[in-house]
Amino acid sequence: MNMHPIPPPRALGRVFVPMVTLAHGGGGKAMKDLIDDVFISAFANAAPQTLEDQARFDLAGLAAHGDRLAFTTDSFVVDPLFFPGGDIGKLAVCGTINDLAVGGAKPLYLSCAVVIEEGTEVELLRRIAQSMAYAAREAGVAIVTGDTKVVQRGACDKIFITTTGIGVIAPGVDLGVDRVRPGDGILVNGLLGDHGAAILCARGDLALETAIESDCAALHGLIAALLRAAPGARCIRDATRGGLATVLNEIADASGVSIEIEEALTPLREEVRGFCEILGLDPLYLANEGKIVIAVPRDEIAAALAALGAHPLGEGSALIGYAGCGEPGRVTMQTVFGGRRIVDMLVGEQLPRIC
Amino acid sequence: MCLGIPGRIVKIDDPLKKLATVDVSGVRRQINIACIVDDNHSIDDCVGDWVLVHVGFAMSRIDEREAAETLKILAELGEAQSEIEAMRLSAAQ
Amino acid sequence: MKYADEFRDREKAATLILEIDRLAATIEIAKTRPINIMEVCGGHTHSIFRYGLEGMLPGAIELVHGPGCPVCVLPMGRVDDCVSIAERSEVIFATFGDAMRVPGSKKSLQQAKAGGADVRMVYSPLDALALARKNPGREVVFFGLGFETTMPSTALTVLQAEADGVENFSVFCNHITIVPTMKAILDSPELNLDGFLGPGHVSMVIGAAPYQFIADVYKRPMVIAGFEPLDVLQSIWMVLKQIKEGRAEIENQYARVAPAAGNAAALNAVGKVYELREFFEWRGLGSIDHSGVKMRDEYARFDAERKFAIPNVKIADPKSCQCGDVLKGVIKPWQCRVFGAACTPETPLGALMVSSEGACAAYYQYGGVRRHASNEATQRLATAS
Repeated sequence: MNMHPIPPPRALGRVFVPMVTLAHGGGGKAMKDLIDDVFISAFANAAPQTLEDQARFDLAGLAAHGDRLAFTTDSFVVDPLFFPGGDIGKLAVCGTINDLAVGGAKPLYLSCAVVIEEGTEVELLRRIAQSMAYAAREAGVAIVTGDTKVVQRGACDKIFITTTGIGVIAPGVDLGVDRVRPGDGILVNGLLGDHGAAILCARGDLALETAIESDCAALHGLIAALLRAAPGARCIRDATRGGLATVLNEIADASGVSIEIEEALTPLREEVRGFCEILGLDPLYLANEGKIVIAVPRDEIAAALAALGAHPLGEGSALIGYAGCGEPGRVTMQTVFGGRRIVDMLVGEQLPRIC
Repeated sequence: MCLGIPGRIVKIDDPLKKLATVDVSGVRRQINIACIVDDNHSIDDCVGDWVLVHVGFAMSRIDEREAAETLKILAELGEAQSEIEAMRLSAAQ
Repeated sequence: MKYADEFRDREKAATLILEIDRLAATIEIAKTRPINIMEVCGGHTHSIFRYGLEGMLPGAIELVHGPGCPVCVLPMGRVDDCVSIAERSEVIFATFGDAMRVPGSKKSLQQAKAGGADVRMVYSPLDALALARKNPGREVVFFGLGFETTMPSTALTVLQAEADGVENFSVFCNHITIVPTMKAILDSPELNLDGFLGPGHVSMVIGAAPYQFIADVYKRPMVIAGFEPLDVLQSIWMVLKQIKEGRAEIENQYARVAPAAGNAAALNAVGKVYELREFFEWRGLGSIDHSGVKMRDEYARFDAERKFAIPNVKIADPKSCQCGDVLKGVIKPWQCRVFGAACTPETPLGALMVSSEGACAAYYQYGGVRRHASNEATQRLATAS
């Protein structure tokens, strides 16, 4: 797993206290020191630093990448903040990059707004900011503007991060959840459910020990390679909250097609299967942070699979089923056992069960 | 209320409290093994046992022979079917 | 996964389906009506939907989804009691995830948690005991629910708490027993069942003998069944064979896990800590004699019912609800007057819509009858108004 190296603990820098207090949100010197020392120093990028309230872009520079802007935002709350395979910072960068990339956009710029609970260790913030900076650098995007707020103890859970992203879509790329047609192949780029299982285990209250790591990753490189190989791809969705099952239902609904997948073709790690058996969970609904569902026309399936398989983030890619002309909006699964069942949206969140 | 899954006991954690670690497809968890020890099967004998785990308790030692027996009956059923099918086909020719 | 994957084998399934098909075709009753087989346990209901077994079986066989989901049959009044305990400021209320969404008359545990109650989901009663050790200043109450399968786990946890001298731990005991409930179903005048799949994991604890009356008195065949899909199919095949041969016996398909004698250590712990209640109230089925257990006087200090004043108010099931008829196999879930209309998994009215193991929720989620049923329900509403 591609983790950023944990920086050695250092002196308190310009922030002379170990913990964030309400003073750091007060708009005075303490706040400026916190922002400069923790965030700006981490996010320093090639672009000249401005001290303005907004990032400014040269329109011609953006237009050189394509003919449409893509713009998205997402908030990140996760417990625990650090988990096998990632942390809230990496998640906040990769999640927003992926939201741009699944639309076919080349991600360029991110903003970063953080809400910090008073009492949070400054060192923890530094680690998170550096993780964000590392993930952004790896992905080739710049974090160009941001904001911090400090709230009273109990008003938030240590740190909430919102990232907003801007990207540019190249001419001719037109992905849409409503564009899937009967006969299209449904592909995924690898093992499913790792993130959801890793987070539940990392919380510790289930007392389960596993080697499962979050699959948190920025997928724009993989998606660019895929679109080169399969330019006719109909739609791409990241299978985050609600997992594969939810995305398939969204696609089937929006495109007015049925989708049938095969359980035997759906890639799952043995440990994730074991984890799900113990807790009575259905892996189809577990969250992913580095997995996408792709619909491609039949004649591009082979090329798409080859491109996915050739990319490091596409290991274990598979064709899991097809869109069909059955009842529109209906998702079904051929079970390993030969039966068929409906794969519906969940009513609420999936809870561990014992019966 | 009966979610139970097979797992294998990999080590004894606390002989006094009868706690052991079970492995289910690479996922490990501490469980209580009080229900599978008796005069003929000591705590140490439990290491390597395949057990049925329910809510953190080993509730039964899985009987390998019985499991094989069940599968054998099904396999024989399948063989009988293909024989009948073969006979039917050859009669039809 | 050993002892699981072998029992999910597609080819063996095809073999069994063929045998079941042949056998069903030769059974006399199948000429006039379907053969009704009840799977008593919610775990079987889950496997049936999870693997799509209903669609694989011939039309001559109807599976009736029985009362074996302890979350589903928990009456609203008991959920209210849970909420009232959970809302006490000194209490950490620990529960299996299953119970979180079960509606009480005012709220569910999940809603109580959102309102500030300290409700924790745990995997095992042992984890609740660990919470008590970790929080000596708080009272940890574990919501003990489930059939005989789960009873030993809470009994052993109470015994452990006693041995360790943990005084801030108690169990809110809502354990129920399956046998009196099966008897209540068999005594129902509308009974329409030709055979039973027996609850494999309950049997692993209590053994096969307690079911003997089903064969002897009620002359119905029963096969104690495992939970993998092949187990379920093989057990159906075994029930059909009994019907065909005119036998009514208690057979055991699940001998690899459920020995005929049950589990002595588990029963011993249960007998030490629990005793039968005179009666217990079931959602959908009403009061059933000796169908629940409570803690013995010796363990009163671990009994949340005695430790905390609970409202203990009986709340009647909603009138429109036909869960009882579904549980007894008199009607199918979608034939209930509120299924898919007033009663959905988002807003469950009846017990069987509450848990994903409940027959109605399972149909709604997996069954493929959803739209069909809600159309039917809409039509009924239209004609009624």
